[in-house]
Amino acid sequence: MNIDIKKEQDKAQELIKAQGFRVLVCSGTGCMANGSAEIIKKFAELGANVSTLSDYDKLTVVPTGCHGFCEQGVLVVLPDQHTTYVKVKLADVEEIFNSHIVGGKPVERLLYTDPKTNEHVQKNDDINFYAKQTRTALANCGKINAESLDEAISVGAYEALYNILNENNPDAVIQEVLDSGLKGRGGAGFPTGLKWKFTAANKGGKSYVVCNGDEGDPGAFMDRSVMEGDPHKLLEGMAIAAFSIGADEGYIYVRAEYPLAIKRLRKAIAAAEERHYLGKNIMGTDFSFTLHIKEGAGAFVCGEESALIASIEGERGMPRPKPPFPANKGLFGRPTLINNVETLANIPVIMRKGAKWFASMGTESAKGTKTFALTGEVNNTGLIEVPMGTTLREIIFDIGGGIRGGKKFKAVQIGGPSGGCLTEEHLDLPMDYESLAKAGAMVGSGGLVVMAEDTCMVEVARFFMNFTKNESCGKCVPCREGTKNMLKILEKIVKGKGELKDLEVLEDLANTVKDGSLCGLGKTAPNPVLSTLKYFKDEYIAHIVDKKCPAGVCTALKTIKIKEDLCKGCTKCARTCPVGAIEGEVKKVHTINQAKCIKCEACLKGCPFHAIVQE
Amino acid sequence: MTTQSPEKFDFGKVDKIMEECGADKSHLIAILQNVQKEFTYLPIDVMTYIGTKIEGLSPATVYGVATFYAQFSLEPKGKYQIKCCDGTACHVRGSMPVMNAIKAKLKFAEGKMRTEDGMFSLETVSCLGACGLAPVMVINEKVYPQMTSDAVKIVLDEIIAQEGGK
Repeated sequence: MNIDIKKEQDKAQELIKAQGFRVLVCSGTGCMANGSAEIIKKFAELGANVSTLSDYDKLTVVPTGCHGFCEQGVLVVLPDQHTTYVKVKLADVEEIFNSHIVGGKPVERLLYTDPKTNEHVQKNDDINFYAKQTRTALANCGKINAESLDEAISVGAYEALYNILNENNPDAVIQEVLDSGLKGRGGAGFPTGLKWKFTAANKGGKSYVVCNGDEGDPGAFMDRSVMEGDPHKLLEGMAIAAFSIGADEGYIYVRAEYPLAIKRLRKAIAAAEERHYLGKNIMGTDFSFTLHIKEGAGAFVCGEESALIASIEGERGMPRPKPPFPANKGLFGRPTLINNVETLANIPVIMRKGAKWFASMGTESAKGTKTFALTGEVNNTGLIEVPMGTTLREIIFDIGGGIRGGKKFKAVQIGGPSGGCLTEEHLDLPMDYESLAKAGAMVGSGGLVVMAEDTCMVEVARFFMNFTKNESCGKCVPCREGTKNMLKILEKIVKGKGELKDLEVLEDLANTVKDGSLCGLGKTAPNPVLSTLKYFKDEYIAHIVDKKCPAGVCTALKTIKIKEDLCKGCTKCARTCPVGAIEGEVKKVHTINQAKCIKCEACLKGCPFHAIVQE
Repeated sequence: MTTQSPEKFDFGKVDKIMEECGADKSHLIAILQNVQKEFTYLPIDVMTYIGTKIEGLSPATVYGVATFYAQFSLEPKGKYQIKCCDGTACHVRGSMPVMNAIKAKLKFAEGKMRTEDGMFSLETVSCLGACGLAPVMVINEKVYPQMTSDAVKIVLDEIIAQEGGK
């Protein structure tokens, strides 16, 4: 080997020390949208013009990957001062600089405010959102410059690969992965070590490692964060996998909707190749591994491994029957190992800290940590990573800070369009593969969409069915036609035209689609309908029998009315109404022409006397 | 970005794209993506051209791939391409009112998702991965977080003003 990783790490750490005063500014997709680029520029400008920074000789602004706390963006962290600033705007930069960086006095108003105690929290680790997390895959996201190989090396990148190449025992690596108990984080939860073992059994000829970065589940963005925030961890994980199964070529399949992830991965691959951490003769050994990026083109079904392979080959992304499994016959007909981004990002950490360490976290059947994308009607939306087996209550109420606007919790949708909706009674369920499956949901990729009392569950079921109907590839008739017909029924119900017998047909169709489809998409597409039918049947009945939407969401079942006793005849509503449905003279009670009303609620929101209500 | 009349495609550009991506059927998706970047959509003639030029492909196969993936459009897109996210998180936090506000503001002709002057086009996407900022809208490459129907009007008015009003 021609590289000494320890020396490389020392060199990288020196480089970081030489940066002086470090200001970390989140540059994930979320914070970029909130203007982090301008904030970085401003900090750099101010830093360049200052001659004295008490203990430091200069200031360096570090654009990092996603911290996960997107709701509070733009996040600015002063790591040596243990301070996290939230919701930073361009106009705040000068104050942070003058007061804290130069003057040593934190800017209180920009610290995180605990919604429960109303107190400012300065340290990152004291913020509830972070305090209960254990980060493995996401460990470095937000702490290092995502576009710098040196910063990655300073926190341990390529150390595991170095040791593995040094020991040169692929079977031992596979055994370690098996012992760790790591399961596929993309959804199906198949033991990762076994997959490696099966693929390694076909060693000899050409084989491939493929990373599935087609994160299609709406509401999940952990893979995006890893690719954007710590790309070298993924690359190292893939190289380790390639070494173990005897592959010399790999593909990362990324959704086209993630342009920043694609850009950072390309940069990371180029940097790693240049310094021989990837490419030909890695670190001077016989092992070579070349990586390519394939951009997806927008098809949810391509998250299924055989469909993904077809897509890499340039074809329509349609699943095919298994066996043969990709381990035997995959990409271009060769043995192929396909793992999800998060799964691969766990590998270098497992190899560095040991299988025992990883297996010490989590539950009996589910080891390690799992990332969840916490979104919807929850106070702290963002990306979290917790040990397997953490309860929903801890996730939603402790880390998530409870429901927004003091609303009441109603349900949580787990696992994307293939998952199910769980209720209050499941809040103490440990999050692992088996408990969730028993309750009719699944861990899936880890999307958690929290819903409050004003979310209509029938409408949610319709929303997911619309999604799976659009994304069904059309190969299996039960999925193609079944989802279409289920959607028709759900649309009928939310329009108030449903009949009780529709519910039976719906359930019947759901079971047919489940039984008669080839791939995971069809097999799980009915889950949102089945779980809402199980736990929220009363809402379906209310729509069908009473012709009412209890949550007040379904437009067709709403009536907007003006309360005669409150209306002052100010004419504001009549002027606001986009369709001219409100009639009335000045200073006289107005009325809404129900035939014309489109229920947009523009009048309701604008009425100064709160005289307009929705029934 | 170029908008050309259907008859006058610069096939030289298509040749160049095929050469850069590698004229092999396994690179078809990348080729189509680059063609769409160039022309804002996939013209039928260009698809036929690719289908006859590359070995192992037929115009029908190219058309099949183009219609399979949501990213590809067979109709021209606008100068400003609006993507409105309707992923779960955005949906729960009100992406439909945002979508309706865009439609109301831009007044698309029946069945069309592009304004007549070719300035704007609209599409829904299922998730942009910026769920913490729901609901999200993207115009060309710029991400607009936490949209409301009022904010949509302000953003679009700004663009219209930049373009000299209409």
